[in-house]
Order: sequence, then C-alpha cells, then structure tokens
Amino acid sequence: MSAAGATGADPVLRVENLTVGFGASGAAVVEGVSFTVAAGECLALVGESGSGKSVTARSILGLAGARSWQRADAVELSERDLRSLSEREWRSVRGRNVGLILQDALASLDPLRPVGREIADALRLHTRLSPAARAARVHELLRSVGMPEPELRVKQRSGELSGGLRQRALIASAIALDPGLLIADEPTTALDTTVQARILDLLAEQKESGTAVLLISHDLAVVSRVADRVAVLREGRIIETGPTDRVLRNPEEPYTRRLIGAVPTGRPRGERLSVPVGSAPGGSAQRARPAAPVPARATTPRDAVALSVRNVTVRFRGPNGSTRLAVDSASVDLHTGTTLGLVGESGSGKTTLARLALGLIAPDAGEVRVGGEPWNPLAEKHRRPVRARVGAVYQDSLASFDPRLSVEAILTDAATGGARRGSPARSGAADRVRELLDSVGLPAGVLPARPLNLSGGQRQRVAIARALAPRPDILICDEPVSALDVSVQAQVLDLLDELQERHGLSYLFISHDLGVVAHMADRIAVMSEGRIVEMADTDRILAAPQHPFTRRLLDASPRL
Amino acid sequence: MSDLEVSTRIARSATSRRAGTRRSATVGEVVAALVIVFLLLSALLPGAIAPLDPLAIRPLEAFSPPSPGSWFGTDESGRDIFSRVVHGTASSLLIGVSATAIGLGLGLILGTAAGMLGPVVDFSVNRMLEVLFAFPGLLLALFFIVIFGPGVVTATIAVGISTAPGYARIIRGQLVSIRRSAYVEAATVLGRSRWQILYRHILPNTLAPIFVLGTLGVGQAIVWAASLSYLGLGAVPPAAEWGAMLAAGRTYISTAWWLTFFPGLFIVLTATAITVLGRRLQQRVREQG
Repeated sequence: MSAAGATGADPVLRVENLTVGFGASGAAVVEGVSFTVAAGECLALVGESGSGKSVTARSILGLAGARSWQRADAVELSERDLRSLSEREWRSVRGRNVGLILQDALASLDPLRPVGREIADALRLHTRLSPAARAARVHELLRSVGMPEPELRVKQRSGELSGGLRQRALIASAIALDPGLLIADEPTTALDTTVQARILDLLAEQKESGTAVLLISHDLAVVSRVADRVAVLREGRIIETGPTDRVLRNPEEPYTRRLIGAVPTGRPRGERLSVPVGSAPGGSAQRARPAAPVPARATTPRDAVALSVRNVTVRFRGPNGSTRLAVDSASVDLHTGTTLGLVGESGSGKTTLARLALGLIAPDAGEVRVGGEPWNPLAEKHRRPVRARVGAVYQDSLASFDPRLSVEAILTDAATGGARRGSPARSGAADRVRELLDSVGLPAGVLPARPLNLSGGQRQRVAIARALAPRPDILICDEPVSALDVSVQAQVLDLLDELQERHGLSYLFISHDLGVVAHMADRIAVMSEGRIVEMADTDRILAAPQHPFTRRLLDASPRL
Repeated sequence: MSDLEVSTRIARSATSRRAGTRRSATVGEVVAALVIVFLLLSALLPGAIAPLDPLAIRPLEAFSPPSPGSWFGTDESGRDIFSRVVHGTASSLLIGVSATAIGLGLGLILGTAAGMLGPVVDFSVNRMLEVLFAFPGLLLALFFIVIFGPGVVTATIAVGISTAPGYARIIRGQLVSIRRSAYVEAATVLGRSRWQILYRHILPNTLAPIFVLGTLGVGQAIVWAASLSYLGLGAVPPAAEWGAMLAAGRTYISTAWWLTFFPGLFIVLTATAITVLGRRLQQRVREQG
C-alpha cells in the first residue's frame, strides 16, 4: 500500500518510505511507512503493541534512540527536511514546530517542579516573552485545555494532580508554542473513559484550530472519535489506510476487520469478539468477520445468590486522623452462574469492594456472604476452608505471581492446595495443570517459563488458569483486561465468557469501561464516590440509564 | 493468539533468558574465581602449597628479601612469609565467614522480628537499629572488645555484631514489601495459611538476595577482622593471621617492605575476588527475579 494519500492541502508532515531498525544487524521494526498529515487534519496510526506505531512517531522526532538506524526517502515538516538535522537544530524544532504528548504524563512531567513552570519552560526557551507575559500565557493555556482552577494548578506538582489533569497539563505544554504538528502517542490509554472522552475532545479542538494531529493508539474506537483518516499498522507496515468512515464501515483487510471486531462496546452479551483460536491470523475473510451471536443464553438470573454484599461501609484512616469513606453502605447481589458488572471511575471504591468480596479487608459495617454463609467479617481461620470457592483475577497479573516461580510451579501449587513436593496430594497434579492450560488456550510450552517472559495476554491466561485451579464457583475479576491491547482484551473476554458457560461460574466483573462491562455482564452496578448509584439489568442500564453519572459513562464509552 | 505465535514468543524469551544467565564471564571474574580456588586450597591443604612450617624460627635467615628459595622473603625471626600467608588463609577466611554468618544471623532475627511481629516490636527494633547506626561499625566492634577482651573469637563476634544492623534493616524492608506484595495477597486468596505463605513465598524471596549480600559482606568482614588484629585486638603474634602479620611487620616497613606487602596483598586480593564474584551472583539473582 502506498502513501496514505493527502487530502489535497499541503501536508504539514510528509513521511515517505520510512524504515527503522535497532542494532547493527537488527531487522527493521518499521518498514517502508509513508503518510502525510495536513493542517487541520488528524491521522490515526492504529495497531497492536509491537506494531511499530511508537517507533514511527519517535523516529519522526529524531528520538528513536542511539541504537536505532533509519532510512527514508523523505521526512518533511512544513517542507523542511528533518532527516539531517543536528541535535541543536532538533531542539529548535521540537516544542516549537512539533508538540509531543505521551501516554504516561506522570513520567513526562518533572515530579519536583510545579506544572506551571514546566509549561512555561517551552515559552522561556523558545520565545522572548517577559515573565509576566509567560505567566499569563500559561494561565491561558491551562484554561484552554479545560483545567479547573488554573491559578491553583500552576503551583501544583504532577504528583498532586489526577491522571486526567496531568494529561491536560502535558497537552498544555505541548501546544504552548502553537506547533503546526501535534503527535499524541496513546494519550488516553491510562485514563478513565469519561476523562478520555474529554481529552479526545481537546485534541479535536486543536485540530479544528488548524493543527495537524498525528494520533497513535491501539484502540480503533478511541481514534474514530477524532481521526479523519486511519492508517492500520501491522508488523511495521501500513496495511490499510483511508478515511475513518470508510475503514470502519468497509475494511479491506481481514486484520482491520479483526481489530474492529475486538471492540466490545455496543456488542451484545455472548457475541464473540476475537477470531476463534486455531484459525490463522489474517485468515479467510468469512472467518474474520465478527462471529454470529452465540445462541442466546438463559438471561433470567437464577434465584440462588452466590455472593451477597449487604450495606458494607469501609473507612480509610488518613495519617492525620481524618477518615475517608471508600465504600458507603453498598449492597450488591451476584446471582449464581451470572455476571455482575461493577463500573465506576478510578477512586470510586470498586477495588475496595473487590477486596471486601475477597475477604482481604474487613468492613467497618455490613457483611458479605458467600452462598448464604458468613464470609466477611469472619476470622481468616474460618474463611480459609471456603477460600477455594472464590477466585480472583487481577489487573496487574505479573505482580500477582511470585517472581521466582515458573508457570508450572504456580499452577501446580494452585491445583494441589499448596501441597509440598512429594506429598500424595501432588499425584495427578501434572494432568490437572495440562487440563488448566488447555482450558485457557495456552500450549504446554509455557510451563517452564516465568510469567515475566510471557506477553500480557499470556500472563492474564495463566492468572485465569490459577484462579480456576481450586475449582471455584465465583471469580472476582478486578479490571482484568484494562492493561491489554484491544485485540488481546477481546481474546481474554471471550475466554472468560467461554469458561463461564462451561463451568457455570459467577463473575463479579469490575472495570472502568462501561463498554466492556456491558458486553460481559447480565446486571450492572454503577459505583460513584463509594456508593452504588444505580443497579439494574444490562439492557435497562443501556436503554434507560437513570443516574446522570451512568449517562455520562455511557456517552464517554468509545464506540465505533 | 495463535499457537505458533505463542511458541515463538516463548522460544525467544527462553533464549534471551539463557543468554542472560550464561553471559560469558569477564576476565576479572575468571581471575577472581582462580584467586578463590587458590585461597580455598590454601585454607584446606596449606601444607601442600607451602610445605615449610609457618612458625619455625630460623634467626640466621631473618629479613631475607623475596628470592626463588623463599618467594615472599622471611620476617624478623626468619619465618617464611609465603608459608605464613598461606597458612593464615584458613583463619582469615574463617573469621570473615563466621563474622558474616553472625551478622546475618543477628540481622535475620532482628529484621524478621521487626518485619513480622507487629508494630510494637517493629518500632522498638527500628529505634534500636537507629542507635546502633549512629556509631561507625568499627567503633561498635571496639566497644564490644573493650567489654569482653581481645582475641580471635571476640574480634569475630565484634565484627559480626557491627555488621548486623545493616543486614537487619535490609531484611526488614524486604519482608515488609514482600508481605504487602500482590502475590502474597494472591496466595491468601487461594486459601494458603500464614505458615505456607511464609515458607513458600516470603522467606525464599527475602533470603535469596540477602545471601548474595552476605557474600559481598565476607570481603568486608575480612578487612575489618584484619584491622582489629592489626590494632592488636584480634589474633596475636606469632599466629599466622594476615592482620597480625601486618601489625608485626609495621616496625620494619622502611627496611623490609615484604613483611607487610604480602599479607596486605592477600587481604586486598581476597576481599576483591569475593566482591567481584558476589556481584556476579547478585546480577544473576536479579536477572532471574
């Protein structure tokens, strides 16, 4: 596929046949990539982790790193050749002509300096504004990115700001000099959906005001809100490009179709998101089409309650004696064999509720019951025999594995109730471990590996296998897919769905993304500031959300 | 994810891991390993390497400089310095290893108590460690010797005690962070008892890095023990101990440099070799973790 065609206007950025690799003998990780971005236009580079998106962006800025090499027929910014710039010339280009927004605003901002000064830096280095004029401009910038109380914020350090505000500060510093080109590399990946929506609106505003925007993301649904054109990157090559509408509605490549199929928002419960395991990647077009809906399952919740949370309250005590209500008399019921989705923003108390349900912290008031029996508060000694019934899958599965243990040791331990080597309880463990691997779709080859050496999706599969090992009835899944690429997320969600069918599991499924929760859950509980503000069947929540917060979440959820 | 993709990924990670642990040794590490082998032989079979009696006095041969017959020369009583250095290896190594073991042992007790027995014990142990930290390590050792009198055993214990606070603090920190780790939480969720968690997750993850640290500590302990002997507070002449030999040779340093040079060289070589290998071990543990 040749250049991602310009729309006619003179391009602000023109990249032609860019090839980038690492190490002297290293193979190219980006190969023959060509595209242009015009003023007032947003081009989205979309692909999975490792597809070369970020490397492409960094190469354009000359930031690919000392060990990299690159070739290109052209890399031009407003007709200026960027290929042969000296380090000194680069410094005048970066910031003034190109603004860069990275995913991790916490790492991009100096933790020891107030954000106001961080933003003023660009102005100090590149303009002759007086200090007073600079301060005024910083306020103006912060206001333009929708920062509440800018007078207060300029004095705060990045650690004192929330993720969304931090990202705004970063955008403010990127647009401080009104650069012609803005490069945003996964600018919203770590953010809540409502915050994400606001940041995307902000990028759209920049675009409207005539800036060329190069947006990089693994999530097609996210970019479709802003991008005029999309270029799909796979293994370092652009495999498909075109106007956003056309690519989304009528994708040419099976791979693009797979990416589109992976977006959970607006997809009914039970519909597969990923291509079935076994069919080759990029296989026949028919196979890659979003699969037909699975025959409708019995959606009426069975009467038995697997897990019931009754009026629980949790207070956290601050160091100065203050207390904060993390969970405020919350009640939810998880019916046997169904999924209860719990959705809310970061800090709303979702994880605290999960820890309550897992019996890891005791409530200050109220109680949790498992299968009608007391569970929390209860002495760990009495809870331990019942522990096998409740499993957990965490967001950061790597941290949840003992770093010394191999996959085999982890699963054997989980399957044998922690029996020591040589104990009779270990006989037959090898077969059970194989069976577990099979059920999560991993080959036996992963057994000797440590989780550190597996990919994010593989780790999450191992985590699920471990949770299944004691044959639980209930799984508490706390943001199990939010650290994953959309396409990998699709596979893990499908796997969870499949396992629920097969083993009759009950899930408490927690996520900040209403789109994901709506796809997975029979019932949804919406949590805000420690309270359950709304709880109803998924269809009801989607069709007629009652609480304004639910409506906001629904609007913010990225969809195609 | 297709199976093919999975298996290639694993293959790749497996090779990189192998490459990580089997990184070929540097020249320094090979030399260090050779030095350690030589020291171990000297400690176990001193007679095979240096057949002369390290304590035999030959006044006629006093102060002979290094020569083919006597590689490191002789001291003021005509004793062969090479033999004395070789025969002194065992006691120097033993002092270093036992002092480190004492330090690690005390550190383990204090650190584990602070890390595991609740906030009251934690608070008390921490304040105590802070007081101990206020003294330089060697001063602490001297203080102990003042109370219990000089000698090899007290010097060893003294060095052990003075290194203990450092170990205790590291062990405590390690324990606290591992106790709060997500994998300990995961083990709780799986229904493991406190003992199972302690035995299977907390202890191994705490101890692996600590023992590496201990290896690095042996070199330091040897230097400290030699320092105490040099001050006349550890091994006393005519014992063939490197620190004591340094002290004895000090008087003649302007006329007979070999009396002090060779024992000093062995102290430096031993400490360096152990440290170099300890670092390698540390790197390996870190790569695996």
